[in-house]
Amino acid sequence: MTPIITVENLTKKFGSITAVDGISFEVEEGAIFGFLGPNGAGKTTTINILCTLLSPTSGGASIDGHDCMKESSEVRKNIGIVFQDNTLDKELTAYENLLFHSYLYNVPKTERKGRIDDALNFVGLYERKDDTVKKFSGGMKRRLEVARSIIHQPKILFLDEPTLGLDPQSRTNLWEFIAELPKKHAVTIFMTTHYMEEAEICNKIAVIDKGKIIAQGSPEELKKMVGGDVIYLKTKDNAGAIGEIKASMDLDAEEKNGEIFISVSKGDACIPKLINTLADSVVSVRLQRPTLNDVFLKLTGKAIRPEAVSGGDELKESIRSYRKKFDRG
Amino acid sequence: MKSDINAIYVIVAREFIKFVRERGRLISTLARPLLWLFLVGGGMSKMVSPDMGMPYMQFIFPGIIGMTILFSSIFSSISIIWDKEFGFMKEMLVAPVSRFSIVIGKALSGTMVSTFQALIIVLLFPVIGLKLGIDQILLILCISAMLSFCLASLGILIATFYENLESFSVIMNFIIMPMFFLSGAMYPVKLLPHVLSFLTRINPLTYGIDALKYMIFPEKKLLTHDFTLSLDIAAIGISSIVFVILAAMVFERRK
Repeated sequence: MTPIITVENLTKKFGSITAVDGISFEVEEGAIFGFLGPNGAGKTTTINILCTLLSPTSGGASIDGHDCMKESSEVRKNIGIVFQDNTLDKELTAYENLLFHSYLYNVPKTERKGRIDDALNFVGLYERKDDTVKKFSGGMKRRLEVARSIIHQPKILFLDEPTLGLDPQSRTNLWEFIAELPKKHAVTIFMTTHYMEEAEICNKIAVIDKGKIIAQGSPEELKKMVGGDVIYLKTKDNAGAIGEIKASMDLDAEEKNGEIFISVSKGDACIPKLINTLADSVVSVRLQRPTLNDVFLKLTGKAIRPEAVSGGDELKESIRSYRKKFDRG
Repeated sequence: MKSDINAIYVIVAREFIKFVRERGRLISTLARPLLWLFLVGGGMSKMVSPDMGMPYMQFIFPGIIGMTILFSSIFSSISIIWDKEFGFMKEMLVAPVSRFSIVIGKALSGTMVSTFQALIIVLLFPVIGLKLGIDQILLILCISAMLSFCLASLGILIATFYENLESFSVIMNFIIMPMFFLSGAMYPVKLLPHVLSFLTRINPLTYGIDALKYMIFPEKKLLTHDFTLSLDIAAIGISSIVFVILAAMVFERRK
């Protein structure tokens, strides 16, 4: 596979602060690539460089063979972006937002309506197409932004913390659409998140902390770094079962709080064997697999915590009403 | 090229839709010039000698049209700061369109809105005892459109330097109000002391109002136009070009 995004030794400094510190990575065509890290790790700065809004201090980045600095126009044609902050025009209707987008990206006149209708149907907002965006909930706005970002059929879709500030239901809902995208629209996805469980849908993940990539690989590979799975087992006779497991399965087992605790590399494959061996003695079985949070904890010594939703949106709303006064005044 | 024309179309159409949807904005922006024309103009009429050649309310009429254009154009452009803060500008900036077309689109949006508002003020001419022919009104609209484009471009240039709206009162008090007072709108430019007279001459609004005086009072009197029409048009045209180019350059600069 050829890489569609190539980043080499990319560095971005803002004054004395180094936001991105010599990172390199490649993203293959058709992949879902996840950029995982806490707030302030340099994820958005990297996206802003890739989508031609910022220039790097040093190093290079290219998209589909086009240099992000020198061929920004070619790069812009081939990418779609859902930014962290909402970039819809709230005074316009959903349809108008998408229509204007199709003009900006030179979508052929004959295809405009069809593509807009498809995109609205895809995110389940067709019925609301003539409502102004200010009437939409946070989740609907995000879905509309996803719909807008695919109107011009980009090769790469950037999603910067797409679920930030959404309630759990809208988040799940949005992820379903996003996971569908590469299948339906032949698009490569580059996403950032600090929600560990969201990164699980990626083919490849780069873990970034303080501007540096500290690990790269598939979710499975990364999880292997923290060791294997753990099986928790309850039996009628724990001591007897431990003896049996050690003897016939050659596994290390110990008792903890009335449960047998077994460290294995592939828990899912091991459970049937365990049950076969122990037969009727088994009361309950529970498998715990390492999460990406464990990976992050191991690599940095700290856990990623989703930050509370900032008061930013409310603040902006109040500025909005303030500004209306200026307009009139 | 096609996408640049599309971009200009999108920006103008967006402004048009918003203008039509927010009718309150039209009424409130028209309140200011009306207050100045009838309250300030009406009050001052009693103090200004009638042997200056025309009533004071008529004298300030071109200035009030200029004021309508000044506020409306610059406010329209300053919405760029708003768009920057609330995201829509990012949608424009990552689109495959030139920065130049964004600036032109925004300037034309301002032109559309301001010229329309100027037209409403112009149509008040019978109320203050002026007589204007249809040809004069059309010429006034041409000048208004040129002046609107120029001031909207200036507004964009100003907006490119600000990231948030906290600076709004600075722009209002240190740019818009001085531009208005130093434009010959309220008093004839030639009566001003030297320093102030110099400032009026580097103010594009001065030339716009002077051109409006030229159209509204064809007969040269003490209180009518100070410069030639060709100087006025050249000053507006050249400053428009300078503002548009500077604004596009500042826009293009990535951090």
